[in-house]
Amino acid sequence: MADHSISRRTLLKGTAAAGALSLTGLPAHAEVNWKKYAGTKLEVILAKGPRGDNLQKNIKEFTDLTGIQVESEQIPEQQQRQKCVIELTSGKPSFDVVHLSYHVQKRQFEKAGWLTDITPFMKDPTLTAPDLVESDFSAAGLQYCKNDKGQILSLPWSVDYFILYYNKELFQKKGVAVPKTFDEMVAAAEKLTDTKEGTYGFVGRGLRNANMTLWTNFFLNYGGEFLDAKGNILTDGPEAVEATKLYQTLLTKVAPPGVVGFNWMESMASFTQGRSAMWIDGVGWAPPLEDPAASRVVGKVGYTVVPAGPKGQYSATYGDGLGIAAASKNKEAAYLLCQWAVSKKQGARLLQAGGGVPFRNSILNDPEVQAGVKMPKEWLQSVIDSAKISKLGLPVVIPVAEFRDLVGAAVTSTLTGGDPATELKKAHEQYRPILERSEKA
Amino acid sequence: MSALTQSTPAAAQSDAAPEKELRPPSYWPFVVPALVVVLAIIIFPWVFTIWMSLNEWKVGSPTTFVGVSNYLRLTSDPRFVEAVGHTLVYTVLSVVLPLVFGTLAAVVFHQKFAGRGFLRGIFIMPMMATPVAIALVWTMMFHPQLGVLNYLLSLVGIPAQLWVFHPATVIPSLVLVETWQWTPLVMLIVLGGLAAIPTEPYESAQIDGASFWQAFRFITLPLIMPFLFIAGMIRMIDAVKSFDIIFAITQGGPGSASETINLYLYSVAFIYYDLGYGSAIAVIFFLLIVALAALMLYARQRMLWTEIASGA
Repeated sequence: MADHSISRRTLLKGTAAAGALSLTGLPAHAEVNWKKYAGTKLEVILAKGPRGDNLQKNIKEFTDLTGIQVESEQIPEQQQRQKCVIELTSGKPSFDVVHLSYHVQKRQFEKAGWLTDITPFMKDPTLTAPDLVESDFSAAGLQYCKNDKGQILSLPWSVDYFILYYNKELFQKKGVAVPKTFDEMVAAAEKLTDTKEGTYGFVGRGLRNANMTLWTNFFLNYGGEFLDAKGNILTDGPEAVEATKLYQTLLTKVAPPGVVGFNWMESMASFTQGRSAMWIDGVGWAPPLEDPAASRVVGKVGYTVVPAGPKGQYSATYGDGLGIAAASKNKEAAYLLCQWAVSKKQGARLLQAGGGVPFRNSILNDPEVQAGVKMPKEWLQSVIDSAKISKLGLPVVIPVAEFRDLVGAAVTSTLTGGDPATELKKAHEQYRPILERSEKA
Repeated sequence: MSALTQSTPAAAQSDAAPEKELRPPSYWPFVVPALVVVLAIIIFPWVFTIWMSLNEWKVGSPTTFVGVSNYLRLTSDPRFVEAVGHTLVYTVLSVVLPLVFGTLAAVVFHQKFAGRGFLRGIFIMPMMATPVAIALVWTMMFHPQLGVLNYLLSLVGIPAQLWVFHPATVIPSLVLVETWQWTPLVMLIVLGGLAAIPTEPYESAQIDGASFWQAFRFITLPLIMPFLFIAGMIRMIDAVKSFDIIFAITQGGPGSASETINLYLYSVAFIYYDLGYGSAIAVIFFLLIVALAALMLYARQRMLWTEIASGA
């Protein structure tokens, strides 16, 4: 902790001084024997993205600190998920540390027993720095990293809240206030839509599967819960129908044509071109929106929490973590690496670059860390506010991909004329047996 | 398909072996390598796929034998049934359209005119490009707001279309890409056929006063029919198993409006990790391809007989 202010400045100066930093960091954690596993070689498999970049860029600091050699590779998300599952199934994965997407893989990994229980490591003062305590992680993080027995199977790395991006210039031009509720959002979007000029009030994911991450924001704020106490899926209930109606209204009446095929990339393109006034998506898109080379709306973007629904205000939350393969022979060394990856220093770097949001409150709420954030202050505020209303954005089940595909397709089909209640019912008739089968096996 | 063609030589050899009863051992060393290869990379995977399809086989869970229940599940799976429909529509369109346009193009390029060789070269360029790269470019062109296709339509006063972003137009739009890419292949095959036609029938037809259309209909078309069949067969096999263009442009969307058997199979096996069910789909898919190929071969065989009959 004492080294923290030093790390801040070091960061701003660049990574050149990083080696010296780890030396100054050492005395503060004298209890942890960082060098105990010197000479070990670790393999890490990462999903491509800013988290992986941040780890790879600074990995030399970890090697200097521990003497552990790290080989890591980044693979595009979809392929990385497949590769991990196939290798873990084989029982002899080529990696020690695995980067997992909680919202897709949590239940699958738990049920298959692929991850090491790190609860004992966290209680061992020779392995865990005093500042890494369970209570420092946000509620969503703890929900994600613990199994139903309360064992910690991974360290929460980065969280993704959904927020509302809006185009201040278009809002001003039409004299519209920033919406606080869904009703206000629909009204605002209608005013902001000007088909003659080719500008639209709202844009968001319409593509099957991808669209579920947006839809669940509506579902949660209409008071929806994914599963009942017995594990039955509830996403075709009245809350889901209302949420789908809102989704249908927004994406058919006030969104650009073709939105039915939009993923985040197409949505972002429409928003950065100034064609759409509002966009609800993950918090991680601020860097491209504020990049003059890629965006026409630099400095004009407003950031705020997702508007409230009739039954509450939540931010649908997703996240990823780092786990240790149960088959790994270097579990302690791997644990040191995970710990370093979620450390204050690394977390601060991630947040300040806008590449992700640490699950640890001590990082997010540290004024010094906040001061170094390169994104607009409003963005940071929306992150902090979202953290307070965070709720898991997908059901914690094994067949998440099937859920996203089937229910996502139902939701998408309402954009081309399908009736919300009928489509949802049809999708759940297909989904329920799949869910039951997955839990029985 | 490859299973059929590759296993034939091995079968022929083993048939031949008993005739030389006195020295069978001397043949065996030569047969073994081929036999091992065929067994290892064709027969074994197939038997194993069939075995998997009879099990509840999910990644991360123990496997249990369930008999034919994966196949029964197929019949009540609306997504699979729809996928079969999409596959058939997609296949028929992307066989017929390239055949029609390819034949037309071949007739045009068969004429002698200045710069013919150069233009032929230009025409076959789409065939050389990588499907995924093509798909990405077409995705941009299909964009309803920013794409060039809608801009071109607007020049002639046609309202903007949604192309791959609407369930009703997604398959025709994908077929457009497929047609654009594979018409040149049909053109090349048919051009070969045209070059082989002697000029005498045309001369006598001209003397008899046949119009251009009549000459095409009654001389050209029957004589290039065998070539069209070959082209049609190649196109059919390609279209049925088409994956890259659909996956890169729509991933089976919007909703599941362009999800073919191949894409569904991919999702089931590699995203849902339901290998047993995925194998059942693969088996059915294989049978479908074999059936289509057999149908084509049968039609071709029949046509050859009638040709010979009418020729004699």
